[in-house]
Amino acid sequence: MIDTKNTPPDHLKSTRLRIWRGTSREEGGHQEFEITFEDGETVLDGLTALRRDSVPDLAVRFSCFNANVCKECTMLIDGEVQYACIAKLHTGEMQIDPLPNRPLLRDLITDTLSNKEKI
Amino acid sequence: MADKHNNVNHIETDVLVVGGGAAGMFAAISAARNGANVLLIDKNVVGRGGATIMAQMTCASALGEEEPDSPDQHLIDTLEAGRGLCNENLSALLCENSPKRIRELEDWKVQWVRQENGKIRQVIAPGHSRMRCVYVDFLRTGAAIAAALRNQISRNDAIRKLSNVSLTDLVTHDGEILGAVGFEVSTATPVTIQSSAVILCLGGMTKMFRRTTAPNNIAGEGLGLALRAGAKIVDIEFLQFYPNGHMAPRLVGLDPTTWEPTRVKLGGRLLNGRGEEFLNNYGETSGEKYDTARDTLTHAMYKEVKSGRGSPHGGVFLSFQHIQQTALKNALGPALEILHRNNIDLTKRPVEVYPIAHYQMGGIEVNTDMETGVPGLYAAGEIAGGANGANRLSGNALPEAMVFGERAGEAATKFTAKRSKRRWNKTSTRPHVELIKGVLGKDVGEGYSPASLYGDLKELMWTKVGMFRNEKDLSEANTKIRAMRLNELQNLVVPSEKIHNMSLVEWFELRSGLLAAEALTLAALNRRESRGAHQRDDFPDTLNNYQLSQKIMFENGELVSNLMEAPT
Repeated sequence: MIDTKNTPPDHLKSTRLRIWRGTSREEGGHQEFEITFEDGETVLDGLTALRRDSVPDLAVRFSCFNANVCKECTMLIDGEVQYACIAKLHTGEMQIDPLPNRPLLRDLITDTLSNKEKI
Repeated sequence: MADKHNNVNHIETDVLVVGGGAAGMFAAISAARNGANVLLIDKNVVGRGGATIMAQMTCASALGEEEPDSPDQHLIDTLEAGRGLCNENLSALLCENSPKRIRELEDWKVQWVRQENGKIRQVIAPGHSRMRCVYVDFLRTGAAIAAALRNQISRNDAIRKLSNVSLTDLVTHDGEILGAVGFEVSTATPVTIQSSAVILCLGGMTKMFRRTTAPNNIAGEGLGLALRAGAKIVDIEFLQFYPNGHMAPRLVGLDPTTWEPTRVKLGGRLLNGRGEEFLNNYGETSGEKYDTARDTLTHAMYKEVKSGRGSPHGGVFLSFQHIQQTALKNALGPALEILHRNNIDLTKRPVEVYPIAHYQMGGIEVNTDMETGVPGLYAAGEIAGGANGANRLSGNALPEAMVFGERAGEAATKFTAKRSKRRWNKTSTRPHVELIKGVLGKDVGEGYSPASLYGDLKELMWTKVGMFRNEKDLSEANTKIRAMRLNELQNLVVPSEKIHNMSLVEWFELRSGLLAAEALTLAALNRRESRGAHQRDDFPDTLNNYQLSQKIMFENGELVSNLMEAPT
C-alpha cells in the first residue's frame, strides 16, 4: 500500500540571524536580520534570500547549491565550522561568522585559495 | 607576467581556457600536452565550480565491458534521442572518443565501479540500447572526475590556474580573437589577458530558471560573450528539464538529481497524487520500467499535474516502498544517511519529484575541431551546441565535456602555433576595462540590485519559457527580457565595494546572460512545432519542415535567426 499522504508545506517560522559584517576582525561587527523560513531550509537559503530581498551587498559565496561539493560556503554557524548550504535554519537566534582560521576578506568570505591560484 | 601598472593586471598566454569544469580542465591538459602555455580561469574555484562536480550520475561510453557494444551503436541511440537535429559529426566524435577519455581517467585513478570479474560495471540508462553507462559510487561520478583532473592540472607546470576571475569581454580585432578582459572577484581589479586562442567552457544557462540543478556560476554569460564576438549559437531553444528533480520534503546535502540514478539501480515507481501509475497513459508500457526518455517523462508529469492529479507540493510521487532496506542501502550507501538527516525514510513514504531545468542542448556553433567560426575562439562542453540535437541522452554530458575539451585544447594549440604576433594593444581593451570601472559603484538611486533582477528573471523564465511553451507567454517573456537587457540593467545599483562584490559579478553575468536568455526566447518563438525538449502547447506536432537547426547571430545590436520565417 502506497502512503501518498505527505506533509503539506510548513508554516513559516522566523529567526534572527546575527551576521558578521566588515573587512577586518578588529573593526567589523555583527548585524542582525529577522528572516522567515520553511522548516528544512538552510542557512544559505536564508543568506541568498537576504541578498535578493534587502541586503545585496552582503558578501557570501557559493557555486554548487545544496550539493556539498564546492566547499565554498564553509563558515562558522553557531560557533561550529559548517557548510551553509547544508546547515539548517532554526528558530530563535543564529550567529553566522566567517571562518576563524583564515584571513578575512569581507563579511562571510575568507581567503581559502592557495597563492598559486591568485593573481 | 602580472603588471600592476594603472591598476590593471595584464597576463599573456598562448591559450586561455575559461571555466574550470571537466571541459575546461580537459582543454587545459590537452593544450599543455600539445605544447601550449595555458591559463585556466574560473569565476569560482578551478575544479570545483561548474556543473561537473555536481554530476552524480553516469558517463555513457561504448566500452563493451558488460555486453557487446560499439561507438556506432552509441551514435544510433544519440541521434535517435536528438529527434533529427543532431550535428552528426559532433555526435560521432562524442561516441567514438568517449572510451578513450574513460580509459584515460582510469589511468588517472578514477575508481569506476567494477563487476565481480574485474571488468568495469556498465548499466542501462534511459534511451540507451546497451548497458553502457559507467559510474563512481556513491553518486559521485562528477566529483571523482573533477578530483582526478584537478590532480593532473596541479602537477602540470604548463598550466597556470586562477580562481575567482570573472570574464566580461572577448577582445577582437578584424573579427579575430586577441584575448579577453575580466576582473579579479576578490579585488574588482580589471585583468587583461592576451592570448592567441580562447576556449569557452562556461556551461549553459540553466541558472536562469527558478527550479534548476545548475550551480550558481552557470549563468549563460559565455553564450552572450560569444554572440558579441561574432559567433553563432545553434539549437538554443532546446533546454532539458530533468524529470525526477527533487521537490519535497526539503532535501539538503544531496543534489536534486539524486533520484534518477537511484531509480536506474532500483526501479522506483512513479505515481500520481492518487497513488496510481500513470506513464502507461502516455504511451509507455509500464511505469516500473526505467527506459522512458526524459522528454516523455517530463511531458507525462506536467500533464498529470495540469490535470489535477499532482502530489501535495505540485509534483508526482516517486516511491521506493517496494524495495528492501538492504537493496536501498547497497544502492545509496552514505546518501541514505543524508536522507535520514532530512527526515526522509524511503521505506515509509514516497518523495515528491517534478521536472527541473538541467541541461542546455543548444549552444555555440562549432565544428569537430571546436572552432566557432571566429578565428581563435573555441567552445567545448555544455556551451557547445549540436551534439545532442533536440534532446540529450542520459550520460552523454560528461563524455561531451571531456571529448570536446580534449579536442578543443589540441586544435587551439595548433592554431596558436600558426599565428604570427597578434595586434594586441591597450586601446583594444580600454573600453572593456572602463566598463568594469564604470559599473563598480554605479548608483542611480533606484535601489534595485542585480540579485533582485536575477530573481525576476528566474521566475519569468520558469513560468513563461519553461517546459511547455506558447506564443503569448514567449512573446511576453521576450519583450520583458529585452527591456531588462536594454534598460533595467543600466538602472541597477552596484555598490562601490571592491572586495568580493557579488553585485558586480552578477551585473556582468546579467549583461551577457540576458542576451543569451533573449536568444533562447526568440528561438523558442520561431520554432512553431514541438520536438524533443521544446514543447509548444499551441503547436503540438513535430513538423518535417522544421527538421533543421536554428542559428542565431548578433548583428548591429539585434539578434537574428535563420528561422525568422517559417521554413518551407
